[in-house]
Amino acid sequence: MKKKIPSIEQSMQAKGYSRRDFLYFCGVAAAAAGLSTTSLGQVVKAFETKPRPPVVWLHFQECTCCSESFIRSTHPIVADIIFDTLSLDYTETLMAPAGHQAEKSRDDTIKNNQGKYILLVEGSVPLGNPGFCMIGGKSAEQILKDAAAGAAAVVAWGSCASHGCVQSAKPNPTQATPIHKIIGKPVINVPGCPPIAEVMTAIVTHVLLFGKIPELDSQGRPKEFYSRRVHDTCYRRPYYDAGLFVESWDDDAARKGYCLYKMGCRGPVTYNACAVTKWNGNLSYPIQSGHGCIGCSEAGFWDNGPFYQHLGAFPGFGIESTADKVGTVATVATVGGIALHAITSNIRKQKLIRENMEESVTVHPFKGEGGADVEAAEAAKPEETKGGDE
Amino acid sequence: MARIVVDPITRIEGHLRIEAVVEGGKITDAFSSGTMVRGIEKILRGRDPRDAWAFTERVCGVCTTVHALASVRAVEDAIKISVPKNAELVRNIMFCAQYVHDHVVHFYHLHALDWVDVVSALSADPQATSDLAKSLSNYSKTSVGYFSDLQKRLKSFVDSGQLGIFANGYWGHSAFKLPKEVNLLAVAHYLEALEWQKEIVKIHAIFGGKNPHPNYLVGGVPCSFNLEEVNAINTEKLNLVGKIIKDAMNFVEQVYLPDLLAIAGFYKDWAAIGGGLPNYLAYGDLPTKGYGFPDGFKLQRGAILNRDLSKVYEVNGADENEIKEYVAHSWYKYEAGDTAGLHPWKGETEFNFTGPQPPFENLNTDGKYSWLKTPRWKENPMEVGPLARMLVSYAKGSQEVKEVVDEALKKLDVPVTALFSTLGRTAARGLETKLAARWLKEFYDELIGNLKAGDTNTFTRDKWEPTSWPAECEGVGLTEAPRGALAHWIRIKDRKIDNYQLVVPSTWNASPRDPAGKRSAYEESLIGTPVAKEEEPLEIIRTIHSFDPCLACAVHLYDPDGNHIRRITVS
Repeated sequence: MKKKIPSIEQSMQAKGYSRRDFLYFCGVAAAAAGLSTTSLGQVVKAFETKPRPPVVWLHFQECTCCSESFIRSTHPIVADIIFDTLSLDYTETLMAPAGHQAEKSRDDTIKNNQGKYILLVEGSVPLGNPGFCMIGGKSAEQILKDAAAGAAAVVAWGSCASHGCVQSAKPNPTQATPIHKIIGKPVINVPGCPPIAEVMTAIVTHVLLFGKIPELDSQGRPKEFYSRRVHDTCYRRPYYDAGLFVESWDDDAARKGYCLYKMGCRGPVTYNACAVTKWNGNLSYPIQSGHGCIGCSEAGFWDNGPFYQHLGAFPGFGIESTADKVGTVATVATVGGIALHAITSNIRKQKLIRENMEESVTVHPFKGEGGADVEAAEAAKPEETKGGDE
Repeated sequence: MARIVVDPITRIEGHLRIEAVVEGGKITDAFSSGTMVRGIEKILRGRDPRDAWAFTERVCGVCTTVHALASVRAVEDAIKISVPKNAELVRNIMFCAQYVHDHVVHFYHLHALDWVDVVSALSADPQATSDLAKSLSNYSKTSVGYFSDLQKRLKSFVDSGQLGIFANGYWGHSAFKLPKEVNLLAVAHYLEALEWQKEIVKIHAIFGGKNPHPNYLVGGVPCSFNLEEVNAINTEKLNLVGKIIKDAMNFVEQVYLPDLLAIAGFYKDWAAIGGGLPNYLAYGDLPTKGYGFPDGFKLQRGAILNRDLSKVYEVNGADENEIKEYVAHSWYKYEAGDTAGLHPWKGETEFNFTGPQPPFENLNTDGKYSWLKTPRWKENPMEVGPLARMLVSYAKGSQEVKEVVDEALKKLDVPVTALFSTLGRTAARGLETKLAARWLKEFYDELIGNLKAGDTNTFTRDKWEPTSWPAECEGVGLTEAPRGALAHWIRIKDRKIDNYQLVVPSTWNASPRDPAGKRSAYEESLIGTPVAKEEEPLEIIRTIHSFDPCLACAVHLYDPDGNHIRRITVS
């Protein structure tokens, strides 16, 4: 039986997006393509007439982890960005002036660079009440709309601005809302809690280096960093394929760095660059340091828990798949659900792995349990095992 | 009389507004307002307690890690487990790394531009700056060429006409007192610190996978040690931690501390400004004999009243007569009336926004004017933070703390009372950083020793499965965030979070006044502060920044259903 590959719209619906959202995302993709000849052209032109493109960085419902991540960038370093690359005219975290003088920096940049400045947004906007987030006596929603109107490009930093993040987790008490649902223009979404520093700096420098915005996927994310699952790029993937899993924190398998799937790792349903670009100067990423991925760059990841319960099934078994092809539907397994979990991309691959498992029996003490999973999965013959790849 | 509004207060975490009344060149009254709310506690209900650290860690990304630590401790207290020695050492190392990072970034990137005139640095003499730098420390970058290249870079930046983050600063303000060369030195180290800060947090990436927001774990730490394996924390990774610690100690002792003392020497008048409240509170942290034994903490627990260092009061977060929260001037309401004070375990948080609809010019400060509640310790407003910690440990006789504090007071030639001030707050943070960097090394050496002795355990396994928990239990996790005393209270029912409460440092410091009209730390500290130019509130942000505000932490208490939080007891 061949599993039907869900369409992007189906994938999005499964994640709780409405048809209106889907149409919006279609608009993002189309508009992003069109940007190179319209407003993006203005940005490029601005670069030619000014030493550094003017940038306004707004802060709403956030924890400032995105700003903190940004200054962790090892290449380029943030001092070079501030002095040589961008004119960071407004960012509440670093700017010298406060109060009226700070607002003047923001308002002057917007007024004097209509259609030519870049808007970076950190944080979600609460639509429940304008009193939930006010800066300088104005509501977050008003400030965002005012700043977005004349922006050449808008970037949503992190999961707050892209998806609403933690404050939008159920029951979302303040109606925390991602910015793409508020402003009527395309947004480059850079999700993650926070996003990786070098991903952030790469995205803002991409335009300068190549004269166009990075290619975006259906969710407005740059394909350059969000087209691959953490699972498919993880250095521990071979252990997953071989059925070698950590069963308990700091057990022998953990000390050998085996796969964290059974500990709840969300790598199989998370599109991000963590396993390749890594964090803090290519040093590590959550899985490498022993904790599963919690899926922080995926919409609604806070409600896709508990974090330590493993996934029952996930779509798109195949490292050739990308975000646009399979979407990111994820469910948490019920107890015992792992037996139904499909472990590889197709029958051929599964056979190969089973053979490897059999070969490895005398070598790896944890093969037995992993092997049992593979066999159980095989016995159950889940439909997914064949589908996935095109 | 003029009413000055500073909103946004920049170079902080979160959204803070200050309204100050100025008469005769001095502040006579002040109001502090947190202007953003998210509602994390409400979101936590019904979830797996083992996940809570991840949710609460997102309360703040500047003081990342601290809420995760408070959270795992609260759960461990509830289910009655202690963590292995290695886990405690890794947590202590991550804690100290956070302090060193946070305090250095605060000094250079959030606070320095209140004292350093960047424009003045343009006309400094690079030779004289080099001589000055050499006289202050043994830091490697002190050549004339280094300062002259930096100055050229600054000049070409200014000549571009795009001043970026420096635009509309208070350059040339009469309150700037530093010689040009000190300004140039400080700008150089602003950039050095910006580049260095990304290194110290690599300790978090090694043990926790990433920074900001590394991973924590109820029962221990998620990383494993294995000296026979490339796929775990091994000798190479430990060597990297050791190297980062060595570099951090060097940066703190050769750059941060010398700069702090040099700059402070020109602002001694600020040792008599901004003192504010006379009461200080610290929960303490950095266990050396286990979290359950506060006497073994590097940072001591206690309270000081009326600046009397001869007596330190015991603090008990479980005693319902000690910590209470008020909402008389906060956008919440209590069933028993808005003048009531409730212990966090009995807390109610019904939302009641009565502020003006934006856009507005002024808040009605006679009524409710902030998203922060107002905590009190035995009815007293308390200051929390590095100054409170240093004072409590000093007063309790900690030799390590006494040594660094007395040495700095001697260097600056000021009495111990100089600590009760804006300058004292900023100095205490630096001195604490010096200790935190030393303790990093101490805990690291202990970790190596423990591994050498054959103990590689990082996790307490027996209570991991929620089925092993009692049907109902509750716990409290106390810690010290870089900005001050932090506590999480959890109640667990049927293996899920029944209630979760946080009382955080900036709630203590930045809250509105209580029903008796008593001001909290920010508001009180501004009284008497001189304001040279009402349109340029440099002096206000100096004192406010000396607290290192963190508003996303402070404003999270929101339960729109007005649920009553049941009384719970701490075992």
